[in-house]
Amino acid sequence: MSDKVKFGRSKVFFDPFERRPGPIKKNMHYCPGCGHGILHKLIAEAVGESGIQDKTIIISPVGCSVFVYYYFNMGSISVPHGRAPAVATGASRANPENFVISYQGDGDLAAIGFNEFIQAANRGEKISVFFVNNSNYGMTGGQMAPTTLPGQITTTSPYGRNPETDGFPTKVCEIINQLEAPVYIERVALTSTANILKAKKAVAKAIENLRERKGFSLVEVLSPCPINLKMSADQVNKFIDEKMTQFFPLGCIRDRSAATPAGNLPPAIIRDPEAVKSMLLPGVSENSGAADASKFEIFQKERRVKICGFGGQGVLSLGLNLANMGRLSKLNVSWMPSYGPEQRGGAASCAVIVSSGAISSPMVDRDCDLLVAMTQTGLNKFRHVLGKNGILVYDRSAMKPPVVEATQKVFGLDALAIANSVGNPKCANSAIIGALSKILRENGFSEAEEQAFDAAYQDAITENFAAKPAVLKQNLEAFAAGKKAALA
Amino acid sequence: MPAKKHRIAIAADECKGCRRCIPACPKKLISVGNEINIQGYVAVKADNPEECIGCGSCFHQCPEPGAITIYEEE
Amino acid sequence: MKYNHRLLLKGNEAAVYGALLAGCDCYFGYPITPASEIAQAAALLFPKLNRTFVQAESEIGAINMVIGASSVGHRCMTASSGLGISLKQEGVSYLAGYEIPAVILDITRGGPGLGNIGPEQADYFQVVKGGGHGSYCNFVFTPNSVQEMCDMTVEAFRISEKYRMTAYVMADGVIGQMMESVELPEPATDVYDPEWKLGRYVDGKANIITSLYMEHDDLEAHNEKLQRKYREVEAKEQSCETYRTDDAELVIVAYGICSRIGRGAVDQLRAEGIKAGLLRPRLVWPFPVDALRKIVSDGNAKALMSLEMSAGQMIEDIKLAVECKLPVFLCNRMGGNVPGGDEVCAAAKKIMKELSK
Repeated sequence: MSDKVKFGRSKVFFDPFERRPGPIKKNMHYCPGCGHGILHKLIAEAVGESGIQDKTIIISPVGCSVFVYYYFNMGSISVPHGRAPAVATGASRANPENFVISYQGDGDLAAIGFNEFIQAANRGEKISVFFVNNSNYGMTGGQMAPTTLPGQITTTSPYGRNPETDGFPTKVCEIINQLEAPVYIERVALTSTANILKAKKAVAKAIENLRERKGFSLVEVLSPCPINLKMSADQVNKFIDEKMTQFFPLGCIRDRSAATPAGNLPPAIIRDPEAVKSMLLPGVSENSGAADASKFEIFQKERRVKICGFGGQGVLSLGLNLANMGRLSKLNVSWMPSYGPEQRGGAASCAVIVSSGAISSPMVDRDCDLLVAMTQTGLNKFRHVLGKNGILVYDRSAMKPPVVEATQKVFGLDALAIANSVGNPKCANSAIIGALSKILRENGFSEAEEQAFDAAYQDAITENFAAKPAVLKQNLEAFAAGKKAALA
Repeated sequence: MPAKKHRIAIAADECKGCRRCIPACPKKLISVGNEINIQGYVAVKADNPEECIGCGSCFHQCPEPGAITIYEEE
Repeated sequence: MKYNHRLLLKGNEAAVYGALLAGCDCYFGYPITPASEIAQAAALLFPKLNRTFVQAESEIGAINMVIGASSVGHRCMTASSGLGISLKQEGVSYLAGYEIPAVILDITRGGPGLGNIGPEQADYFQVVKGGGHGSYCNFVFTPNSVQEMCDMTVEAFRISEKYRMTAYVMADGVIGQMMESVELPEPATDVYDPEWKLGRYVDGKANIITSLYMEHDDLEAHNEKLQRKYREVEAKEQSCETYRTDDAELVIVAYGICSRIGRGAVDQLRAEGIKAGLLRPRLVWPFPVDALRKIVSDGNAKALMSLEMSAGQMIEDIKLAVECKLPVFLCNRMGGNVPGGDEVCAAAKKIMKELSK
């Protein structure tokens, strides 16, 4: 009789298992009668039949199946306990051509890694999860698992699992069935040959869903652990079929495989340098480049600005505008906000430093050259930072004229009123910057510096509102009005 | 066309003696052997291997990848 | 088309630009102040280049997604701060065991516990000393400007791949939150396709990645190999900047925002007649031991002062480097307070006064 193998060792397995240390190279490391081997064979057959072996990655978990990578000739990584679905997410998202299997036991999936698992299921990751439920922690010597039955004796439930203190068995499939995303959920058992053949079909469907990139598939496998349960092959099958299935009923819980269309590969990553730049960087406009650092002698010394007020007044954006003007003038600038909950309501402040040299600390807590105060509270909090010869600019509509030292200067401005007069209250920033142009001209700016300052403003605001010409116009008007008001 | 002939082959050194295959065989062709194999287990053996009907039940029950092979006549 | 490479960015944003320009394909992260702008910028920018952004369920999820993406041969990164980095440590230990690259941005905040969102530098121990279980090291870049947030992130990818190690870019909240103008580099054009990646077969055998070595001798050999690599890195990759150290009698050692404050203090002290200098590690692992030992052997320095926003973490490495040949003092603030130039100068003067007794 000529020999054709009808049932035999799958070609998806290594032969021999060279990576397994020790002299035994044809067998897996599992105990006699363990269900892992049966499930490994079903997965190997399904992967072999689907033709996706070379692109399949199987995650080796922590638990008895920690050595999965000894056996399958597929890419495999041994991952931290319970994190297989997160690793699978990373592998599958990074390279969507991969088909990723997460192989996990009940400690790994249902206890330490339940969050990683349920989140991957909820995101509908295009992975297939094989969950081996054998009602105990096998690798560490038969301790209680989330799937241990009430009353079941294990090494950490020596008096039997007590539901009052240990809870009831975790019904993973039923929990996952509450989520929208999963495509396929089935529970099978590795007991009778009929049940194993049902498991084979379920495994094949999960692999087929993987091949077609349909989404998240979960196959929970009630699996014999005769050694830890101290049972014979017959006894352990009976335990599963009669006891475990009371809590973990067998069958298909959800199958949207047929109704779910095959998934497509996402568009290719953009790597072409010109294309990358076009997506990340602003284009250089014809009008830009008017601002010129060489005009600004004043910034040969580090100039320190503090802006304070109330969240929503544009405190941070005023600082940003000034910093952008410095950047476009090819000066060194820093902008430092108050950050965290403070910026979400209540006081807001930021510091801006402009210099033609290197800027030391971006914090402005003393020797401030220019303090812009938009609220009384802000002024109260920060007036001490104003330097001996500093300038204070305040919003006249928000506070009384402050008293300053004799060496300091103070200017008031109805910034909000100006902004309203151009039809956009958000232009108060531009009104203040317009006023600053004149105030600084009277307090240090040369004529050339004033012109360069105005040009820098024009550049910055044009870049900011390139797509909104109406808003751009309002801002330019507010700037001009602010400048005029400061003259008055 | 007559039914195809099958044959069961057990690699004794790859058996861990869990005995899941014994009750699975509808023809009762598998029994406990007499010797301890290189892994230290009492392996099963196939009696009258040519009487195999090729159902694959023993193969599917076996947790080992290559302990049981079922051959079919070409 | 010409593009403006000079942008005004937050440190956190600059790091994301740096990552994309370095060829990073995937970002996995969980928001946390003061690092959240990294996740926000990544969410905005990665999809524009058909790259992957996943808001992970947790820091643990994020670092394990990094493991997955790196294992299949893609450049990837995550970011967090303080307590979030604590959660990632398990994954970082595995990354070291696997010997696969990864980039992590740590925008440090105050601790212990929930601490606060202020800019402490108290992640030094957990990042520089490994952090998780096992004997391992990570590259730790310590940018002190927004420009360096970008540039060092690019560098972190390169060096992480070269040595197949995790590279941290560790910046305090100030550097992460502040904006400065940045000159962005040209996009990377290299093809990243590591030979060890999953999905590749060598002689018909699939690549695998593991940190598990059951035989004690095998794990010892693996550890010895890692340690040889770390010693090689320590010999080759130390990097620091010195400022006015040549004749300095007091050398301030500081990284991150403290190094900028320290530099200002050096000028102020010099103006007052005190010969101060600054040594600024660009990386705190490998630690600039050679530069510190040179300061000792040059013979001008009378003392070193570690300027830190922690209870004194880097100071231990300074002491180890100078092998008790110079006294090492600590000038520090905690709780999110940033030392002012005046208090640094006062501390320096006090040290010099004590030494002259």
